[in-house]
Amino acid sequence: MKLSVWTYEGPPHVGALRVATAMTGLHYVLHAPQGDTYADLLFTMIERRDHRPPVTYTTFQARDLGSDTANLFRTACEAAYERFQPQAMIVGASCTAELIQDDPGGMAETMGMPIPIIPLELPSYQRKENFGADETLFQLVRRLAAPMARSEAITANLIGPTALGFRHRDDITEVTALLEGMGITVNVCAPYGATPEDLTRLGAAHFNVLMYPETGEAACRWMERELGQPFTKTVPIGVGATRDFVAEVARITGLEARLDESRLRLPWYSASVDSTYLTGKRVFVFGDGTHVASAARIARDEMGFEVVGLGCYNREMARKIRALAKEFGVEALISDDHLDVEAAIAEAAPELILGTQMERHTGKRLGIPCAVISAPVHVQDFPARYSPQMGLEGANVIFDTWVHPLVMGLEEHLLTMFREDFEFHDDAGPSHHGGAHVRREATDTPAQDAPAEAENVIWLSEAERELKKIPFFVRGKAKRNTEAFANERGLDEISVDTLYEAKAHYAR
Amino acid sequence: MTHHTPPPPTVGCSDAPVLKERGQHEVFCGLTGIIWLHRKIQDAFFLVVGSRTCAHLLQSAAGVMIFAEPRFGTAILEESDLAGLADAQDELEREVDRLLARRTDIRQLFLVGSCPSEVIKLDLSRAAERLSARHAPKVRVLNYSGSGIETTFTEGEDACLAAMVPALPATDERQLMMVGALPDVAEDQALDLLARIGIDKVTVLPARHADAQVGVGPNTSFALTQPFLGGTHSALERRGARHVPAPFPFGEEGTTAWLRAVARDFGIDQARVDAVIDAPRARARKAVAKAAETLAGKTLFFFPDSQMEIPLARFLTRECGMEAVEVGTPYIHKALVAPDLELLAEGPVIAEGQDVEKQLDRCRAARPDLTVCGLGLANPLEAEGMTTKWAIELVFTPVHFYEQAGDLAGLFSRPLHRRDRLRLEAAE
Ligand code: SF4
Ligand code: SF4
Repeated sequence: MKLSVWTYEGPPHVGALRVATAMTGLHYVLHAPQGDTYADLLFTMIERRDHRPPVTYTTFQARDLGSDTANLFRTACEAAYERFQPQAMIVGASCTAELIQDDPGGMAETMGMPIPIIPLELPSYQRKENFGADETLFQLVRRLAAPMARSEAITANLIGPTALGFRHRDDITEVTALLEGMGITVNVCAPYGATPEDLTRLGAAHFNVLMYPETGEAACRWMERELGQPFTKTVPIGVGATRDFVAEVARITGLEARLDESRLRLPWYSASVDSTYLTGKRVFVFGDGTHVASAARIARDEMGFEVVGLGCYNREMARKIRALAKEFGVEALISDDHLDVEAAIAEAAPELILGTQMERHTGKRLGIPCAVISAPVHVQDFPARYSPQMGLEGANVIFDTWVHPLVMGLEEHLLTMFREDFEFHDDAGPSHHGGAHVRREATDTPAQDAPAEAENVIWLSEAERELKKIPFFVRGKAKRNTEAFANERGLDEISVDTLYEAKAHYAR
Repeated sequence: MTHHTPPPPTVGCSDAPVLKERGQHEVFCGLTGIIWLHRKIQDAFFLVVGSRTCAHLLQSAAGVMIFAEPRFGTAILEESDLAGLADAQDELEREVDRLLARRTDIRQLFLVGSCPSEVIKLDLSRAAERLSARHAPKVRVLNYSGSGIETTFTEGEDACLAAMVPALPATDERQLMMVGALPDVAEDQALDLLARIGIDKVTVLPARHADAQVGVGPNTSFALTQPFLGGTHSALERRGARHVPAPFPFGEEGTTAWLRAVARDFGIDQARVDAVIDAPRARARKAVAKAAETLAGKTLFFFPDSQMEIPLARFLTRECGMEAVEVGTPYIHKALVAPDLELLAEGPVIAEGQDVEKQLDRCRAARPDLTVCGLGLANPLEAEGMTTKWAIELVFTPVHFYEQAGDLAGLFSRPLHRRDRLRLEAAE
């Protein structure tokens, strides 16, 4: 039993729903109680889809238990087939139905439906949403795809984009264009936009582009083994990664590596003098493994930030992220407990968080700006405008998105100069954001104050005033460092001198 | 005072046939109530014993993370808990100890059952007893079920309040108990009105804090503010309290009828009541009239959601001039909504339960001007060209009593208004 308030991932059947909702011509019959229908709103409200997800919930009740639930499932299957006439159906159980052991998969298979029925076994008490999506796509592909003649021209499948994915809609467009630039057309994109019939044509492609390992890796591995299709290992997020991706595709296909960089702006924006202020900004990176790995590289190599912490919530990526953290000289945080993540962020006191919607809230509480780089995301992360993460336009978008929450170059200097000005003080936040974005209490949160109280160090009022002149985003860190410094030396008072001695001591 | 609302219909819906549906439901489970209950009861923590699905429902239905440190959480059952049951009790105790150590402000703890905890027959009432003994007197531990196999959406609040009733101290005092978790602003207005019409002792269930003295006994009359409180109604009657039947206090008419019924029960004469309510009544009418300009003559279709559908249909047809085509509701407590059904003119299909696909067919065929439905259906229906109002707002927003009557009507007129305003075609 584990107490949880907010979760990064939903249960595995929500992953299956993401696959089903991304596709057309597929229907999902889910043995589940009525409350589980909340999942529909993830798609209709958060992602603003204009269709209901293609799912029938059996919505069994207590009075059905023991007698009728299996029957209910059977009728629901028949009714769904009648009404929606899908090309294929997936069937499975949510956490509650798993406990009553009706075996929906077995039942559906014996119903003699004239279409492929794919049973899903998604262990609700062990695995989570990403696994559910990955496994569902894998089962669909395994059942529907078969070896076949390759297309004459060189083609690729795009594998992994789902409904409710972070920018999947636009990444597809971007990657399709990248491939087109090399003369490669897309054979099938799955699950996003595919029909079950399309999946039977997967084998015609020469290779697979694994866009999101979280949701497409099992399918790609199977196709590599059974259909002889190699798949790409580079996720083209960021300038360097996009160039690597093009090189990898060239290697796989024997085509010339071609990349039209005429609209790429990130390198120049990063080089231009206004960006000097970005140098060494301390960032904390957290999200799903794939996006974190991409973001860390961009942060260090393309923005000139310093990565002071990184981690992921999906254990499936733990090994990869640990290795990456080693390369960055930080310790990896592998946790799906947002309170752990919050504590780690507070401890690292970064100037910018690159995270999920959870970290956006953490950032609000701690007074640290945050840009979102990974699912889970909320309604504002499904923008109306084109805003991919992948490819060269993705890189442009990332530059803008990450810089936006920060105080801009010259503005930062002015804030430092006029810190005591009544309306131009640093707590006012970036001038291009309406309202007080950064709250003054932020650095005085109990979490950060706790050590000071415990150790009994007194701040002399002069020193305290001096502390307030330190920019808000490093103030918490400065405070704790100074207190640690005083403790080490057995001082019970902190004067202005102590403050600056500590500063010199910790100088990087 | 002149009559602004029409006289009661000659034939209301009291005896109208009810279309009973037992197909796929598209409604939240009772856990959802935690989202408003934890704001209302300020020293309570709601601990769901459930699965990752339950945790995910709470965070999705809450509009996700609006509250910095919410007073709810889910103890997520894992493989190991499912294997041995004795274990699960200990595990729960451990989690509760940890929680209470961290949150010293908590005075009441609700263990909330879910589908998984019920299917594995995890005995939460035993757990609550053991934990109560362990943490008394500082923290009281109660339990109820918010599971989707037992409760539909607002029935979670009913189960929660009903669970509180047996623990209320006995009292013989003559008093009114107002029952239902309302936003503070609406609740305060009601308390003020009740005081001014001369009811001296009024208590509220649920109280905002654990130490509020809420007793119950044979001299307690209770008035419900929400139509879904059937279980609480029975629990209070078992404690000897007496229900004051009345239309629910939505809109000017409902509020007036509700207040008059309560006053009658306390032997207060109507002249005294009218002196107090004349001014707010007039304000409420004026406020409603504005929205009614948009709503009058429009057709209305309710998907089942909160059980507030029948009283709201009464308000929207009688005070706003709408025409109800179908009033779907998850469950009809005849004893509670009879006064509203009586006022609702015959005509609409009254449906109980749901078979969502069939109901969608009926809705598409009727093409109502306004469809009230859940979050899963709203955008898809909008995309089909229908105008919708999402029902969940009705439980999150202050909509009761006079001063909110205009806001209530506004919730329904806004979507229509918006559709009128948008001009996206080329000018020529
Ligand atoms: S319906 Fe049951 S399993 Fe689903 S969220 Fe509600 S209580 Fe949990
Ligand atoms: S950032 Fe805003 S919209 Fe997103 S989850 Fe938080 S409250 Fe909701």
